[in-house]
Amino acid sequence: MRNLLLCPPDHYGIEYEINPWMSRARGADKPLVQAQWKGLFDTLSGLDCKVELVPPQPNLPDMVFTANAGLTVGRQFIPSNFRHPERAAEAPHFARWMEEHGYEIIWLPKELYFEGEGDALFGGDVLFCGYKFRTDINSHRAVADIFGSLVISVELVDPRFYHIDTCFCPLPDGGGFWFPDAFDEYGQRAIRDHLQDLIDVAPEEAAHFSCNAVVLDRDIVLPEGAPKLVAALRDRGYTCHPLPMTEFLKAGGACKCLTMFMPQREKAGDQ
Amino acid sequence: MFSETIELRGHIIDSLILPKVLDQILTQGAGFKIKEIKIGQKRADQSFARIEVTAKTSEALDELVLRLRQHGAETVERADVQLAKAPDPGVFPHDFYVTTNQQTFIRLDGKEIEVHPAMMDSAIAVDRKKRTARAVKFFDVNAGDEIVVGHQGTRVIPVQRSTAHTDIFQFINTMVDADEPKSAVIRELGRELRRAREAKSKIAIVGGPAVVRTGAGEHLVRLIEMGYIDRLFAGNAFAVYDVERALFGTSRGKNPEHAFAAGGHENHLRAINTIRACGGIAGAVQKKILTGGIMHACVKHKVDIVLTGSIRDEGPIPGVTTDVVEAQKIMREKLADVTHVLLLGTVQHSMAVASMLAPTVKTVCVDIDSASVERAVEHQPLQSIGLVTDVEPFLRELAECVATAEK
Repeated sequence: MRNLLLCPPDHYGIEYEINPWMSRARGADKPLVQAQWKGLFDTLSGLDCKVELVPPQPNLPDMVFTANAGLTVGRQFIPSNFRHPERAAEAPHFARWMEEHGYEIIWLPKELYFEGEGDALFGGDVLFCGYKFRTDINSHRAVADIFGSLVISVELVDPRFYHIDTCFCPLPDGGGFWFPDAFDEYGQRAIRDHLQDLIDVAPEEAAHFSCNAVVLDRDIVLPEGAPKLVAALRDRGYTCHPLPMTEFLKAGGACKCLTMFMPQREKAGDQ
Repeated sequence: MFSETIELRGHIIDSLILPKVLDQILTQGAGFKIKEIKIGQKRADQSFARIEVTAKTSEALDELVLRLRQHGAETVERADVQLAKAPDPGVFPHDFYVTTNQQTFIRLDGKEIEVHPAMMDSAIAVDRKKRTARAVKFFDVNAGDEIVVGHQGTRVIPVQRSTAHTDIFQFINTMVDADEPKSAVIRELGRELRRAREAKSKIAIVGGPAVVRTGAGEHLVRLIEMGYIDRLFAGNAFAVYDVERALFGTSRGKNPEHAFAAGGHENHLRAINTIRACGGIAGAVQKKILTGGIMHACVKHKVDIVLTGSIRDEGPIPGVTTDVVEAQKIMREKLADVTHVLLLGTVQHSMAVASMLAPTVKTVCVDIDSASVERAVEHQPLQSIGLVTDVEPFLRELAECVATAEK
């Protein structure tokens, strides 16, 4: 059974603009925020997993996006080094919570920006890491050193898809689904070289953050608005759980951004 | 070319970061050389590459390196040059760096500066405020000037042989010995000079008195008249022998028209006196006193004449620079844009000129003494041909080849 970390959206709101989705003029609807987050919490809780909650903190509206807390492998946790100062204060709260729950905290050098699971997803035994908008490529090397895993570094080229988990989702059967145009041609080739049977997500469906999905064995929890993708996944034997995510999309996040796996993998590489 | 060494580490092969970085270097019009590469053996092993990146300008290099940093490239810190103050006027500090004639860069405050001009056997003076580096000779240095010492922070770029165009200069250090055929080489040289003239390149002659005394002057005159010579470097004796021959039919008493004709040694001094009376060679041509010979042809066809003196000179005639330091300066200046040089029958003058040439200048050395030819060719190892032969038949054949081609 998988362990997941979520953070209640008590302090969530659009209070600054650090990606193209955010506009302070287009605030989040508070009751709807609560309803959509509860929808996610309830859906995940009904699947084969245990959901834990980190207490939300005032003035840290994006703490709700726990995928960016860090990256967990086994009992080791690498906290994020956020690029934007607006989010930097989240890191100590996440690190403290993880430490209190028995994880070994391994900080990266502070000059290396790294935004956790948002930019680091395992597909098989390969860790796919995005870089440029938020995460530095040099942090990938540091992560590879710590976990001893093969890290495929791919450049993100579309600012709307600023984290790899917004445009790429590996599946447990070895394939995955993705929006290829979010990567440069070298990144596309590197991903294709390491994952077969990739489902290309149409641009209009990718814009609904359809790739920002939580995969729990054969269950996939993803935002509404991707009928073609849902059909393709169903053909492969997956059960999809589309959820309304409009209020979190206003901040450039959806199901996966709101979730962190503890751990994402039991072990990586030669560990 | 400006250069910076970068390093890439990580899963740069599987992630295609290495090919991406190399492609970016090339698409930005820059170049690279992989200095070291270590490829991980096991799946999770990381790889490493050290790459020297070169770009035409310092700005282009900075911009490119900044771009490559985004993909994880880290620049390798390189040491700055070490500088010491010149202790006295005309004296370099101990252990001063001695230049070659190759393109040279120094690193100052982490950035490269090109040394100008690329001049052999000099020191490098650095102006920190202006961020300039220049090659300086002894006479150019003042007490307190900052001079590069040791080799740290210097970088020399050897001239690369062009592979785009093949000509007779494509072979390194071509030497044609006395007992080897020369006609084919001379014909090729004729074609090369023709191409050079059409491309408005500058062709210079460095001539020794043997050119005049062997009677090769008339062939050189033909080349001058056909527009093949832009500059003449010679000594006082060359000019005087030529004038003597034009005025009296002899050069230093020898008449090339008559075998074994001797006498008339005084003609030499009378020729000098005539030119002195006219205020120089140009004056003698103007007054129609000098109406033939090489010097006359040079004046008529606007060939730049650079005459320098030596200790044995009679006269000298006006126009000869006798201050050796001044003469070096003038020669360097007049050689700066020269692309082809023919060194004909003179050891000392040829060596002086060869030491001032850029490595890209094509040189042909002709002398009856093979040791002299060898020395001159060694000076210009990439682009030189040496022919061991009497200069008269060489010039006769070259002039004939060129004249035939002109028709």
